[in-house]
Amino acid sequence: MNEITSAIQIIPLEHYILLSIIMFSIGVLGVLFRRNTIVILMCIELMFNSVNLLLTAFAAYHSDLTGQVFVFFIMIVAAAEVAVGLSILVMMKRNVDSVDINQLNRLKW
Amino acid sequence: MSFLFYLLSAIMIISGLLLVFSKSPINSVIALIVCFIAMGGQYILLNAQFLAVVHIIVYTGAIMVLFLFVIMLLNLNKTTIPQKTSLTRVSAVIAGGLFFLVMIAASRQALEITPRYPFDGHTGLVSAIGKSLFHEFLLPFEISSVLFISAMIGAVMFGKKDPPGYSDPVYRNNNTGTA
Repeated sequence: MNEITSAIQIIPLEHYILLSIIMFSIGVLGVLFRRNTIVILMCIELMFNSVNLLLTAFAAYHSDLTGQVFVFFIMIVAAAEVAVGLSILVMMKRNVDSVDINQLNRLKW
Repeated sequence: MSFLFYLLSAIMIISGLLLVFSKSPINSVIALIVCFIAMGGQYILLNAQFLAVVHIIVYTGAIMVLFLFVIMLLNLNKTTIPQKTSLTRVSAVIAGGLFFLVMIAASRQALEITPRYPFDGHTGLVSAIGKSLFHEFLLPFEISSVLFISAMIGAVMFGKKDPPGYSDPVYRNNNTGTA
């Protein structure tokens, strides 16, 4: 236990911020880059998790429990969101017979 | 001990890039699973053991399996979706890089954060989280079950097949209120 806690003391908090920013940017890049809706959903999950990691890092560095409980609630909401999102994806596949996001371009107008 | 952080970070970044750039969705799912397992390791390094276990169970155990199920159920692995045009892809990369730069600049301008020394070793343990969850956060915890129920009902409603001819406006006018 003490070894693990000493690992936090070595790594500066800035490195966690940098890691989270990199992961979030990869998620943004994936959403802009891909046309497959299921990959876009996965990139959204990646963004969720980078934010969760940063929140946990702040909570650990401040020895504060509330942040970690908050991350737990975010995970609950993310699980519900994935269930609804995937069922929307199944419905889209059934209606337009494709998971190409460009098929839904009429949502723009 | 600190090299573990950099090892896990490298795994996370590489598998994240694999997620974006791999052709088949199955490979994307596997890359994301690897990324999430590495992220569970990061939680353990942060001494957030409860979150590490919940993360592994919920994400790699439930959510990613759901993604795999949907991909295999809809047979998405064979259907090839054409990539975006090269202009859109280049601009996507540029936009992502600009977003990265803006976030870095914003974090450089941020206030200095001073961690609280010494660290409390009991912060992320299961007993501490459980006590906090069932004392201070009891009401949100119970309300989240309502959220789960509504999400489940919503998913079932979305997944139900419409009766034949439902999208026909004539059908809808004749059968109002029978959604």
